[in-house]
Parts: sequence; structure tokens; C-alpha cells
Amino acid sequence: MRREYLVPFLLILPALIYLVVFIGFPIVGTFQLSFSSPEGWLGNFKYVFSSKDFQNALLNTLILAAIVIPIQLALAIALALLVNKKWAGYRTLLYIIAAPLALSDVTAALISYSIFAPNGYLNKILLSLNWIERPLYFFGYMFKSREFFVIVLTEVWRATPLVFVILLAGLQSINTEYLEAADVFGFSPWKKFVKITLPLLKPSIVSALLIRTLFAFQIFGVAWLLAGRDIPVLAGETYYWYVLRNNRNVASTYALVIALVTFVVGWFYIGTIRSKHLEEGVRQ
Amino acid sequence: MKKFFYALAFTAVSLWFLGPLFFIFLASLTPASDFYDWSKILPSRLTFEHIQKLLVNLGGWRALLTSVQVAGIAIGISFALGIPAGYALTRYRFRGKNMIKLVMLFTRSVPLVVIAVSLVTLYLRLNLADTVLGVGLAHAAMVLPFVVLITSSIFSGVFVEYEEAGMVFGLSRFGAFVRITMPLALPGLAASAIFAFIMSWNEVFAASVLAITNRTLPAHILSTAMASPDYFKFAAGTIMAVPALVFIFMIRKYLISMWGISLK
Repeated sequence: MRREYLVPFLLILPALIYLVVFIGFPIVGTFQLSFSSPEGWLGNFKYVFSSKDFQNALLNTLILAAIVIPIQLALAIALALLVNKKWAGYRTLLYIIAAPLALSDVTAALISYSIFAPNGYLNKILLSLNWIERPLYFFGYMFKSREFFVIVLTEVWRATPLVFVILLAGLQSINTEYLEAADVFGFSPWKKFVKITLPLLKPSIVSALLIRTLFAFQIFGVAWLLAGRDIPVLAGETYYWYVLRNNRNVASTYALVIALVTFVVGWFYIGTIRSKHLEEGVRQ
Repeated sequence: MKKFFYALAFTAVSLWFLGPLFFIFLASLTPASDFYDWSKILPSRLTFEHIQKLLVNLGGWRALLTSVQVAGIAIGISFALGIPAGYALTRYRFRGKNMIKLVMLFTRSVPLVVIAVSLVTLYLRLNLADTVLGVGLAHAAMVLPFVVLITSSIFSGVFVEYEEAGMVFGLSRFGAFVRITMPLALPGLAASAIFAFIMSWNEVFAASVLAITNRTLPAHILSTAMASPDYFKFAAGTIMAVPALVFIFMIRKYLISMWGISLK
């Protein structure tokens, strides 16, 4: 009896120990590194918070998230609704939309570089159509707002499929009887969407938003490859301070800020939006 | 009318998602002279020269092998530790179960950015700094919570009655697991392994920080791409994209459930 009681713990223990050693331990290490500096335990934070680069990085990361996520959500809802209608070819379209799902941010950045590079396809096509006389430049210190635009476009292209798949899974779990009932009562398609589909989709939307927001604060490869430090982002600064400046303490401080922002955002979503959803569930 | 709308939507969406992929494949196969010629959108001939040079002369092949080794280590460790844990979470009732699930969810949301830098300190002590094994161990930590959660939902899809029937006929609990549950769960586990491979294949931050000489393909590209001519960037993009696309095609049956389930 007692042995049987121990079995599940013995099965789980190796995984837990591994996670403690390779995630728990390093997190403690990150705290240690970021709180140790010659100028007292808050020295790194004082230095980081007062630097222009940090303020830019935080601002850029927030703005990117604020622009990219709503676009992705709107696009993904539209795409999920489109694919969820079982027309000829919906399955093929599902796989086509899923194509960027497995691509890394590095790959996505290189892909968009092939289009927006000075000799890239956008310029070639526009020139051959005689729509522009000189090539457009999207990269370089002088063109920060254009770089920003390309980063947004790349992120939307790369990560909308993830939101799409989550929402599609949610749509498919909606009981069609609700919609059939709405048909009986003569609801318009828009009213059906707003009154039935959207509320029932809410849990999936929350998960998708949560996942996307968490990832948004880790944005790195796309921004680093396309803009370097023209447009600093939090994870990019971590990389810069560790790999190029060889300063573990400042790098860890940035990492800790990312962790903190991530934690606050996750807490915000789960705390406010989900509980509201649950209350609505109770009222029904 | 409706048919026309769907055809239009199909075309527009396909172009948006596949167009960029087509462009990078084309760019990587375009001879340098054609690429720098403004009047040529489509190349006059196709060449594998850039891809070959990137792989052979610029260290791409070695980085690619490193990527595969790292993913192999990550999958091996995370499945060896994750399958028992996932099984225990499905088949046993015990106190603290929800707590453990929460821990898994939490560690799943810890970005590698946060742990990579301080992991180096640990690695210096363990003599793992700048090794393939070191990067593999870090990727295993990233993949493990996913494996625990996903295997537990795969095992819960296999009826416990089958196992009980096997045990009635004289199999031990372990025997029932190996002979009955594992074969039934195998397709799902294979899909998770492919998904884990993609996670490791795509991870760039930890791979860049934890190793300097033994870099995975994305990390190698990240550190060299800025300095190489454009056509090598495109060759790199193509080399990275092809396996990812192949793997997505392989797990297409599980595409929705994989994300749907793994998020609960």
C-alpha cells in the first residue's frame, strides 16, 4: 500500500529534479548576478534604468507588442472563421496557413530580408512596374521607422498562424447546437458571431493572447537580424550585453526585467480576464 | 458568388503565407549576377552554389550537425524523464498533482533568455560551457515541461481498461505500459518528438549564449549573417526553412490538437 503511494512521486521526481537544476537554479543565479555590482546591490538596476538604451528597448518592445498582437488577433479570428466553414479546399488552406508555424524567428527575418533588401523582390517588382524611380531602402540607421514597419510585418506573418491554430481549436470545440438554435431565432451572421461565437471563443482568445504576449517580450531574432541595435528590444539588449560586451551582470538585469514583465502580464491576463470569463460562465 | 469569394480568399491567403517562402527559395537559387541585376526578377538559371558554399566553406554543415545533435540530446533526455512523469500524472491519484501541473506550466513559460546567462556560470563549474551537450541540456529543460504535459494528455487518450485487461491476463503494471499503452500512444509521441525537434531547431538565444565554437545553425547564422553577402543570407534561410516545413507536413494530422491540448 505504502509502496504504491510512492510510485507516482518516483516517476515524477527525475523530471522535477531536472527542472530544478536547469531552470530553478539558473533563475536564482540570474537574481544573484543582477543584484551584484560594485555600486551596491541595486547598482546594475540603477545603471540599466537610467540608460537611454533601456528606455528605448522597453518602449520598443511594448510598442511592438501593442501593434503586433491586435493585428494578429484580428487576422487570426478572420482566418479561423474562414477555415472553420467547411468549403472545398479548407483543409489545404489550413496547412498553407500553418506553414510559417515551424519557422524560427531567424528564418522569418531572412525571408523578409529577401523581399525588403535593397536588391530584394519588392524593389525589383516596383521598379519593373515603373511605380518607383529609385529603389526604396528599408534598412539602416537612417530608416528606423521603415525598419520598424518590416519588423511588424515579419512578426505578423510569422506568428499569426500560432494564434490561428489556437483559435481554430477553440472554434471546433464550440457546440454547433447553439448556432443552430440561433438560426431558428433568425439571428444575422454578425449577431451570431458577436453573441455566440465570440463569448464561447473567449477562453481560446485568452490563451492565445497570453502566449503571444509572453513571446512578444522575448522578441529577439527578427529585431536583431533586421535592425540590429537601431531598434533595441529587451532580449536584444540582453544578448548585446552578454555576447558583445561580455557583461553578465547587466545582461542578467535585462533578463530579470523580461521575466518580471512577463510575470506581470501573465498575472494580469489570468487574474482579470479569466476570472471575468468565469463569472460570466456562472451567470449563464 | 459565395464560390467566388472563397476562391478569392483562398488565393489571397495562400499568396500571403506562401509568397515569402517562394521568394527566399528563389533568392537562394539565384546566381549573384542575376540577383544584383535590377531588371531581372526571375533568374536566368538556377544554382545551388550559394547553399553549397554556405554548407561547405562557411561552417554551415558543422552547425547543422550540431543542431541535429542538440535536438537529439534534448529529445532523448526530455522524453526519458517526461514520459514517466506524464504517465504518473494521468494514471495515479495523489496529493500535490495540481501543484506539479502548475510547476510544469510555470517552467514552460520561463523564457530561456532569463536562464541562459546564469546557466553559463553553472556550466563553467560542470565543464559544460561551450559544448554541444550543454546546449542540448538547456534545450531539454525547455522541452521537458511540454513533453510532460503533452504525454499526459496522450496517455489519458488511451483507455485505462486496456491496461487493466492486460494486468488481468498476468502482465505487471510496467509490462502493461510497455506492451499496451506505449504502442497505442506511439503516433502521438512521435508527433510530439517532431514538435520538440522544431522547438530545439528554432531556438537561438540560449544556443548563442551557451556556446561559441559549437553553435547550432540558427546561432551560427545569427552571428555571421550580418557580415555575409545577401545571397548567403538567403541560402541560410532556405536551409533553415526546409526541415521545418517538412516536419510541419509530417505532423499535420496533429497540428490542431498539439496546440489545442498543450495549452490547457
